[in-house]
Amino acid sequence: MLDSGQVSSVELTQAYLERIEAVEAQVRSFITLTPEQALRQAEAADRMLATGEAFPLTGIPMQIKDVMCTAGVRTTCASRMLEDYVPVYNATAVDRLFSQGAVMLGKGNMDEFAMGSSCENSAFHPTFNPWDLGRVPGGSSGGAGASVASGEAVYALGSDTGGSVRQPASLCGVVGLKPSYGTVSRYGLVAFASSLDQIGPVGRSVADCALVLEAIAGHDPRDATSLPLPEANYASGIDRGVEGLRLGVPSEYFVEGIEDGVRRAVEQAIATLESLGASVREVSLPSTKYALACYYIIAPSECSANLARYDGVKYGYSDQQADDMWGAMEQTRRHGFGPEVTRRIMLGTFALSAGYYDAYYLKAQQARTLIRQDFATVFQSVDALVTPTSPVVAFPVGDKTGDPLQMYLIDVCTLPVNIAGLPALSVPCGFSDGLPVGMQLIGPHLSEPTLLQIGHAYEQATEWHKRFPEL
Amino acid sequence: MAYKYETVIGLEVHAELSTNSKLFCNCEVKFGSEANTQTCPICLGMPGVLPVMNQRAVEFSIRAALGLNCKIASYSKFDRKNYFYPDLPKGYQISQYDLPLAYDGHVDYELDGETKRVRINRIHLEEDAGKLVHADVTGNPNQSYVDFNRSCVPLLEIVSEPDLRSPAEAIAYWRAVKEILEYVEISDCNMEEGSFRCDANISLRPVGSKELGTRTELKNKNSFQHVMTALEYEEKRQARILDQGGKVIQETVLFDINTGRTASMRSKEEAHDYRYFPEPDLVPFEVDAAEVERIRAALPELPAERRKRFVEEYGIPTYDAEFLTATRQMADFFDETARLSSDPKGSSNWIMGDLSGLLNNAGIEIQDAKVTPAHLSELIELIKNQTISGKIAKSVLPDVFETGKTPKQIVEEKGLSQISDASAIESIVDQVIEENPGPAQDYRDGKQKAIGFLVGQVMKATRGKANPQMVNQLLQQKLTG
Repeated sequence: MLDSGQVSSVELTQAYLERIEAVEAQVRSFITLTPEQALRQAEAADRMLATGEAFPLTGIPMQIKDVMCTAGVRTTCASRMLEDYVPVYNATAVDRLFSQGAVMLGKGNMDEFAMGSSCENSAFHPTFNPWDLGRVPGGSSGGAGASVASGEAVYALGSDTGGSVRQPASLCGVVGLKPSYGTVSRYGLVAFASSLDQIGPVGRSVADCALVLEAIAGHDPRDATSLPLPEANYASGIDRGVEGLRLGVPSEYFVEGIEDGVRRAVEQAIATLESLGASVREVSLPSTKYALACYYIIAPSECSANLARYDGVKYGYSDQQADDMWGAMEQTRRHGFGPEVTRRIMLGTFALSAGYYDAYYLKAQQARTLIRQDFATVFQSVDALVTPTSPVVAFPVGDKTGDPLQMYLIDVCTLPVNIAGLPALSVPCGFSDGLPVGMQLIGPHLSEPTLLQIGHAYEQATEWHKRFPEL
Repeated sequence: MAYKYETVIGLEVHAELSTNSKLFCNCEVKFGSEANTQTCPICLGMPGVLPVMNQRAVEFSIRAALGLNCKIASYSKFDRKNYFYPDLPKGYQISQYDLPLAYDGHVDYELDGETKRVRINRIHLEEDAGKLVHADVTGNPNQSYVDFNRSCVPLLEIVSEPDLRSPAEAIAYWRAVKEILEYVEISDCNMEEGSFRCDANISLRPVGSKELGTRTELKNKNSFQHVMTALEYEEKRQARILDQGGKVIQETVLFDINTGRTASMRSKEEAHDYRYFPEPDLVPFEVDAAEVERIRAALPELPAERRKRFVEEYGIPTYDAEFLTATRQMADFFDETARLSSDPKGSSNWIMGDLSGLLNNAGIEIQDAKVTPAHLSELIELIKNQTISGKIAKSVLPDVFETGKTPKQIVEEKGLSQISDASAIESIVDQVIEENPGPAQDYRDGKQKAIGFLVGQVMKATRGKANPQMVNQLLQQKLTG
């Protein structure tokens, strides 16, 4: 529509700002709104469109999860520690979007420092699921999932360390993609777990996500772990269909705690894929049972080091009440971090400590190799795997906050993907008691085109993506 | 008392690499800039930043390691060393733990006429931390500040085996390492500026024992004298404790230059668990053998080799060789001058004598002087072919030093050419003999020394330009003939 001039970016942006005004008080998907900047960017985008130098994403309003640095705009990671922190640079992914004329409506709410699965760990306020405002939108990219579902943003950028893009997408009935590790630069993504983090898009459709991925993917010399990929080309070819593709259904992912409604929806979706021409077989990934433990040792270990920089000396929250420097550091961290972050830092510090390193961290990294090998083996006989994204649909706010382990179990289907560094796509595949269910497609390293192809075929054969929550 | 025990010392030398930029970001590595002006989000450890390897730092490290006779690891990686301190922006230092860049080397050094060898356990690369500024600078006892200019500067850490047996050996070894690093030009080893420091571990054990005693550690020293004094004090202190049947406590000790003593530094940092784990933001790197050979081939001749060659090839005394190899630049200058002039002894005399005098007065290094090996060689040639005398040459050199003009130019401009034409001198000789009948007769009477006076008179009359040997010859002829 923008290309044809039917509507201008400024008009479009204004429409979204109005939508935000109408529903944000209920959904609360933003931490910081940037309406003036958005309109300025929209004006610039309109100029780009007028000269014909536009990109697919030019002029499209979106949300950036508050874990990515935006120069001049408060970036809090939903933490007291960075409540007033304003970065001096843009994350590479953000820079790429901005240079293509994207319009940023604001920064998205999240679980503090990306640690959580419900968006209830935000130090400021929770976000609510547009499909049922008494329920969580998922996490940690809760704001991303909710804003796209509620119509507050066309798409959003989130980050995924153990499922944080896919799971909220699933709980909010939208599409979420975690690219292969190394595909999108992590420069400017405030680090949680360096070997697991990836930035990924949340959108209304598979095609939208493909376009966003195209805009942000590719080698970045500022990230030594980013891959030297050829020119990103994800959007073309998504309509190739699934004829002849071999899909695997790993039995271990249909876990004990999976809700009936979720199981039924996913099984139905698999049947649909079969009817579209894919062949389906059952496969097994025996190392799956180690993934949860493996993740909850590696991620906290890396995060305990990544969050050591928050000591009140250079930036961010700084508690000056103590008697001496060490006291000040301790107070800063005690008051700056929330309980879940504190918990994970302690876990990680313990797992890395002398006498325990071998038994925990080293062992977890070895288990990681086995998990990777399992996937590699299975991908010799199938092109992609189909699993539920989350074993449960959106749960009521406050339901699982009493027991951290209960919360951790939600990520059981998504975690193994990060451990192996693989790409995965979550696509809406039905409803259970009026709440969205998501299907996860997992592929070998760098197989995003295949996943997008499958997701798109399924999406076009179903109507889920056309349903909107009533707000 | 001391002879019951054998002193065992190990040194960890830290050298800041003289790369243009820091280890993981593009900031400059210059010393002495205003605080926090050589920083960026990366070396400030801001949220979201990532380190990127400075390839030249790896190359410099390999050069140093080869100069120290080490093996280069074909596979190496970085690790995070975790601890909290205000000068450490990320709360961890990116260093190397179990797979360092180089290992198993050695350094030979001279002490009291003997050649000794120290084995090197490992060499690794890591980032430096910032610098703390306390009350003595800020004026406020309750506030300290951090200057992050130094944060992320590449540091090479060279760890020796505990092969040193006395404080004097430790200093000699430390000097030898400094010399090698300067020669391979990877660090300016400037101790005053802090780009070259060391930690020293010292322990005692009964003579004949194979086990190591309990050690104490001196940290972050940048003065040869301080380390020498501190280690000597520690040696005595530990011996006293052991003599009394006590136990030495393993700890870091602080050295006070005013009292000449060490004191215990019982602080929180003692029992440190650094929780090392592989750095996930950096890819392990593989150094291939061909690359190592390329770097080895490009290494300059190292100081010890060079001294040996100077003595053997040029036939100059060891003392001279040591003087001339004090810096690589001086050794290069000498080498070139000797080659051009084919007169190593002459070259060495000029450099060690007049030229060094001029350099010292001007307070500059030989590489910054306007005099070049070509100039010096030309000067030597001019003397050899009798264009000027040695004495005149001594007055020409300062002009070359001042102006950068060639000796030939200066000789011409100032008309300093020696007069070696006998006929030109003869008349003056005759005149001098006539004007000085007394000394002339003295000489004829057998007082050999009297000729000196006459020679002096001829030189005076010719404003120093007459060829002294010729003057001497002519005078003798005319006086006796």
